[in-house]
Amino acid sequence: MATAVTEDVVDYDEALERYDPVMGLEVHVELNTATKMFCGCATEFGAEPNSQVCPVCLGLPGALPVVNAKAVESAIRIGLALSCQIAPWCRFARKNYFYPDMPKNFQTSQYDEPIAFEGHLDVEVPAAIGDGTEIFRVEIERAHMEEDTGKSLHVGGATGRIHGAEYSLVDYNRAGIPLIEIVTKPLTGAGKRAPEVAKAYVAALRDLLRALGVSDVKMEQGSLRCDANVSLRPRAAAGSEQETVPLGTRTETKNVNSLRSVERAVRYEISRQAAVLDRGDRVTQETRHWHEDTGVTTSGREKSDAEDYRYFPEPDLVPVAPTPETVERLRATLPEPPSQRRRRLQQDWGYSDLEMRDVMNAGAVELIEETVAAGATPAAARKWWTGELARRANAEGRAVEDFGVTPAHIAELDGLVRSGRLNDSMARQVLDGVVAGEGGPTEVADARGLELVQDDGALEAAVDKVIAANADVAQKVRDGKVQAAGALIGQVMKELRGQADAGRARELILAKLG
Amino acid sequence: MSALSRDDVAHLAGLARIDLSDAELDRMVGELGVILESVAKVQEVAAQDIEPMSHPLPLTNVTRPDEVRPSLGAEAALAGAPAQEQQRFSVPRILAED
Amino acid sequence: MNSDITRSSAAELAHALDSREVSSVEVVQAHLDRIAAVDADVHAYLHVDAQGALEAAREVDQRRAAGEELHVLAGVPIAVKDVMVTKGMPTTCGSKILQGWMPPYDSTVVARLRATGMPMLGKTNMDEFAMGSSTEHSAYGPTHNPWDLSRIPGGSGGGSSAVVAAYEAPLAIGTDTGGSIRQPAAVTGTVGVKPTYGGVSRYGLVALASSLDQAGPVTRTVLDAALLHSVIGGHDPMDSTSIDAPVPAVVEAARRAEVRGLRVGIIKELGGQGYQAGVQARFEESVQLLQDAGAEVVEVSCPSFDYALAAYYLILPSEASSNLAKFDAMRYGLRVLPEGVRDPSAEEVMAATRDAGFGDEVKRRIILGTYALSSGYYDAYYGQAQKVRRLIADDFVTAFGQADVLLSPTSPTTAFKLGDKLDDPMSMYLQDVATIPANLAGVPGMSLPSGLADEDGLPTGIQILAPATQDQRLYGVGAALEKMLTERWGGPLLSRAPELTAKGA
Ligand SMILES: [Mg+2]
Ligand SMILES: [Zn+2]
Repeated sequence: MATAVTEDVVDYDEALERYDPVMGLEVHVELNTATKMFCGCATEFGAEPNSQVCPVCLGLPGALPVVNAKAVESAIRIGLALSCQIAPWCRFARKNYFYPDMPKNFQTSQYDEPIAFEGHLDVEVPAAIGDGTEIFRVEIERAHMEEDTGKSLHVGGATGRIHGAEYSLVDYNRAGIPLIEIVTKPLTGAGKRAPEVAKAYVAALRDLLRALGVSDVKMEQGSLRCDANVSLRPRAAAGSEQETVPLGTRTETKNVNSLRSVERAVRYEISRQAAVLDRGDRVTQETRHWHEDTGVTTSGREKSDAEDYRYFPEPDLVPVAPTPETVERLRATLPEPPSQRRRRLQQDWGYSDLEMRDVMNAGAVELIEETVAAGATPAAARKWWTGELARRANAEGRAVEDFGVTPAHIAELDGLVRSGRLNDSMARQVLDGVVAGEGGPTEVADARGLELVQDDGALEAAVDKVIAANADVAQKVRDGKVQAAGALIGQVMKELRGQADAGRARELILAKLG
Repeated sequence: MSALSRDDVAHLAGLARIDLSDAELDRMVGELGVILESVAKVQEVAAQDIEPMSHPLPLTNVTRPDEVRPSLGAEAALAGAPAQEQQRFSVPRILAED
Repeated sequence: MNSDITRSSAAELAHALDSREVSSVEVVQAHLDRIAAVDADVHAYLHVDAQGALEAAREVDQRRAAGEELHVLAGVPIAVKDVMVTKGMPTTCGSKILQGWMPPYDSTVVARLRATGMPMLGKTNMDEFAMGSSTEHSAYGPTHNPWDLSRIPGGSGGGSSAVVAAYEAPLAIGTDTGGSIRQPAAVTGTVGVKPTYGGVSRYGLVALASSLDQAGPVTRTVLDAALLHSVIGGHDPMDSTSIDAPVPAVVEAARRAEVRGLRVGIIKELGGQGYQAGVQARFEESVQLLQDAGAEVVEVSCPSFDYALAAYYLILPSEASSNLAKFDAMRYGLRVLPEGVRDPSAEEVMAATRDAGFGDEVKRRIILGTYALSSGYYDAYYGQAQKVRRLIADDFVTAFGQADVLLSPTSPTTAFKLGDKLDDPMSMYLQDVATIPANLAGVPGMSLPSGLADEDGLPTGIQILAPATQDQRLYGVGAALEKMLTERWGGPLLSRAPELTAKGA
């Protein structure tokens, strides 16, 4: 049912020739506090239905909210990390509308008095021209505190979707979990790169929130959710400013729950709205739903003036007024800003710009940091994570994190290589074993009997045997054709089933034929 | 200040999710008209320079520590439910996704 | 003392219990007998919990026998307005939408009563969701005034005032959003106190208007009110608007009963025109008594009080429209399916249930509040009402600069006949014209009997107001005045009420 009519779309590049996209991104992030926003119920994900509820979060008559101090601190830290101003005084408000998964039939949120406002986040996107990257500044309008709703299970009908369902079953465990809603100002000037900027913004925000330690930021579990507002306006006539062209009607696409989807959904909406405008129709102001499987958005609820939330200050709560001392104390707890951190790490690790970008794209900064901390060289850490493991992940369509390989494993592996016990190809075999769950690198090497031949005696015997068996090649080397030694080394390695140090073998061969 | 029409009252009843009968609507239009006329007196007070008062006491920053308290338990939570299934509240079909 | 038990004040009962003249079980049983004899006529209780009350009484008796140190009110029974959630007793708020609802938790007030060892006799009748001034808006039928069964007992807490006036309980809990403790007290010849906003926890009080609601004592004497106030008052971390300070020294003030040198302000705007002659006359006599006792009487002006009723009837419905949204047939309470609709949606079931489950007054106020908050009208109504609220609070500040306490009649009239104002919401609203300003500003207020009106022989009440957190002043003045009036009357005013015959039993 929900995968209704296929709508016309215009080729993306064509759409961009005629229209300039404007975006607004609303991200809801669930805080990882132990308890809910306004009550002491636990917030564990995946608990038995309705096992983490109380009179407050069930909206029972008589119950009253009390603000979670940690949630306010997290909100302020998020605001500060986004370079926002922190309100010296702000209030909660009630947003009134009826919905079965909202126990009080109002959401306790913030309206015209958000705790944080007027900030920005710089995100890195590939440059429009050339190989480099470019910084795109996303202006933040506000970050405010609110509470999550319960979750409905739709029974009957087709696929558990809301349409056609006979009834719904509601679990209020999620109701009241603290949310921070982060709203950007309209993003203009991204042009063709709007979908990339959207994705890069959500990724940067996710990294920032993770570094702050305020949320699990798991998009697949819904602890980070993105709504994308998209509108198109006609390209300005030559010689006039694009910013003078008024904004078009926007749609709000919900349910965009992966980084890839953010990019795809924005791209789809641009193509779809272009088709609407090309036809001479008007874009309907509405909520749309993103469908990961089919890659399209479908029309949801129409946003009309009838939607009147009747906001008013929440009379059951008193204002939040963080003192300057509180704000400064929290500012001191902020982690290093991601961009600054990136520059510092690149310098520490001695990576080139290109190498650093590969590491960023692979999302391997933290992994490498931990691997280096565990004793690996930065070069080896990069090689294993963005080389071997990223290659495997790509080939198998998995995430690097899913292999069960830890930074400690990689550091241990690098140690085995550097101590001369393993060469590169042996190290790769060891990694196979680790991925296969055979244990840690040393364990795997022991079990598989992988060890370079360290004993010069055995190596010498093999060298002598190979020289004797390949007199003609040996003569070439004696005559000064040093490259020919390679063939002899290969034979030696074969003789020792690969478990020899090729460098040492070369030294011995050249000495004997020198 | 404009008096409320029957349509206005019907719209408000919709917002408030009350399925008023025609007779109730008719009666309500008249009653609300009288009340509104009376409460509109607040508009006689000059609006400038008066800080609106939403709370009777000037308290701020009342919070609680982030410590888990026992929950009701699903059985007690669901005890008053008009209908339940699979340890969840059973509600009639929901028209629109939010 | 069996026949005297129900006539005794809570303080007297406490003394008798302490000296083992009587047991808590006997006290509870005497009240249960009285309820059985008269409540069919008064209809003040919505639910009587004989078993629970007797059990609690037995437990207190045992603890006392074991020599345990008990609270002074331990073993003294109480009735609770049906707007307070109670574990093990239904809580309906006088509404059909909550018929039979058994809350899974206790309100903080109820928890404190239990912890004190006060047996709960039952839940008292009220206007639906505390909207009204006569208890006629109860979905379960009106309560009758013990002074004249054809008249209203006040509202919304008419059940609580009536149980106390009819000797069906020595103490009761009321709640006061615009006068729902004080006006019923005035028209039934009893004492009612609305503490400072935040003085008593609202956790578990089913909200009508969150920024106005306050629970308080309903009793027959000022000292009893003070004793009860000190049990239910004090900080509660479950209520963000609760005052984090010890309960004011109300019992001490009631015992001292001193007014010498006190400055008493008469509010010019509350009295005279619009007030029944008998009400005004008894008020003036009380003022004279206070003056004779050494108080200094001044007149104060609170010009913004003229706007209080209008502001109140915007703020209250606005907050109520939101507070009552939770009654939607999804999680608890009534669920009504719309007629003639096959396979109704959640939206349709909500709307049908709210139409069937709410009474007219509730619907009226929800619609009014929805309007006052709606976009385009917010500034003109709700916003403007909040500014008036500020002006009223400012008027109080000015007045309390000139006087230690303020006085007015509690209600402009004595108890009117059941049915008299049912078709005229505005005239019903006017009942609270003198009590509303205290709720808007959050200051404490008390009503105590000032006598009987000459024209109808019905009780009249005088209201005392004090600055926020200075609740003890109410008790000092109230107890002093009560003493002088009782002497003048030759006994408590209630002893002049007609005997209720046990014909209903
Ligand atoms: Mg929101
Ligand atoms: Zn909870």
